[in-house]
Amino acid sequence: MLTKRIIPCLDVKNGLVVKGVQFKDHEIVGSILDLAQKYSNEGADELVFYDIGASTYNGIVSKQWVNLIAEVINIPFCVAGGIKTVNDAREILNSGADKISINSPAIKRPELIKELADEFGSQCVVVGIDSKTVGDKYIVFSHTGDEKTITNTKLETKNWIDTVQELGAGEIVLNCMNQDGVRNGYDIDQLNIMLVNCDVPLIASGGAGNEIHFSDVFRKTDSSGALAASVFHKNLININDLKKYLKKELINIRK
Amino acid sequence: MKIGIIDCGGANLNSIYYSFKRINIKSYISNSLFELEKMDALILPGVGTAGVVMNKLKENDLINLIQETTKPTLGICIGMQILFDYSEEDDTNCLGIIEGVVKKLKPNKDIKVPQMGWNKVITNVDNIGGYYYFANSYYTDNDDYAVGHSYYGKKINSIVKKDNFLGCQFHPEKSSDIGEKFIKNFINLV
Repeated sequence: MLTKRIIPCLDVKNGLVVKGVQFKDHEIVGSILDLAQKYSNEGADELVFYDIGASTYNGIVSKQWVNLIAEVINIPFCVAGGIKTVNDAREILNSGADKISINSPAIKRPELIKELADEFGSQCVVVGIDSKTVGDKYIVFSHTGDEKTITNTKLETKNWIDTVQELGAGEIVLNCMNQDGVRNGYDIDQLNIMLVNCDVPLIASGGAGNEIHFSDVFRKTDSSGALAASVFHKNLININDLKKYLKKELINIRK
Repeated sequence: MKIGIIDCGGANLNSIYYSFKRINIKSYISNSLFELEKMDALILPGVGTAGVVMNKLKENDLINLIQETTKPTLGICIGMQILFDYSEEDDTNCLGIIEGVVKKLKPNKDIKVPQMGWNKVITNVDNIGGYYYFANSYYTDNDDYAVGHSYYGKKINSIVKKDNFLGCQFHPEKSSDIGEKFIKNFINLV
């Protein structure tokens, strides 16, 4: 059976890796290639590069760094941010990315998911969902890269997850915004609610602060992987040590 | 040594090109029969859908080349699946080099579909057993020519070998050090 994936997410802005707290106050944490290489050597199962400026400022992802990553990295990686058309996606996939992830453009025009799945196969198409509680419901937010542009879409997260699967998404990254950047643990309750109707792999995102949070998310939910950023960038957790710990906790982990 | 990566229209040909480059082997991405005939080995790469890939091969008049080649030929993911007779994906007649049908994985409480991530490959072939990266919604289970298998809800083929044809359901070019070993093993056949 598949091992649980540990996925560092590198938020990219102007060609550098940055990390903010709850999407605000971005600080620079390093160069894309150095960090990609470091995480790959430590045993990351996959990498996500998220161009956080792209969707917010109407830009598209610069392709050059995608090529450079593909040249040196021999594990799968996904590129997110600003992909609005089949041609945008083709350029990124042709440059060597394994998957593309779309978020706000899919909310604006859901058929984009179907177009991408028909052209490249579902296994290439990841839909990122930013979700948090509003009243007693989980609601999808868009354009979350900047606090000035963040928008309540009024879509219920559960319904949106149904829709993106019907349209051909091959994976969902559920970013639980209540937890993002505060390192209090993954949002187990929300993940379990959303996993009920999820036939495609679902990646937990938002809230990782220590090793126990990772064993919790794998023990208490059926998430296929766990995504995190700051705990890795700030060297609070070394991926190699994390995997040794999870293995000891009897979580199914690669090496 | 010249490796020809057959351009079947799917994306991500660069990943395979780079995986050879990392071990200092020159490869060429091409859809030209004239060019590909001159290669010492062929790669059928792994992204796209069965229907799209077979149509591209037909358009470029490459079907006979692949069916009749005696050179080492490696099919990756979709590239392995189209070695079989038929794929349920897009209701597609495939190359018919290996007997059997490519079937759709069905999600249930134990498995999500696509299979996405690292799965264990069990094989008797020296030194290449271990965890490889998979990304597939279809599978084969006719094990007449299987030399490696994995479990995903059920037993599925992960490596097949028939004469000069080698196929892998996983992506060796994305499978870290062990994937590199798998590619080197293939190169040793050339």
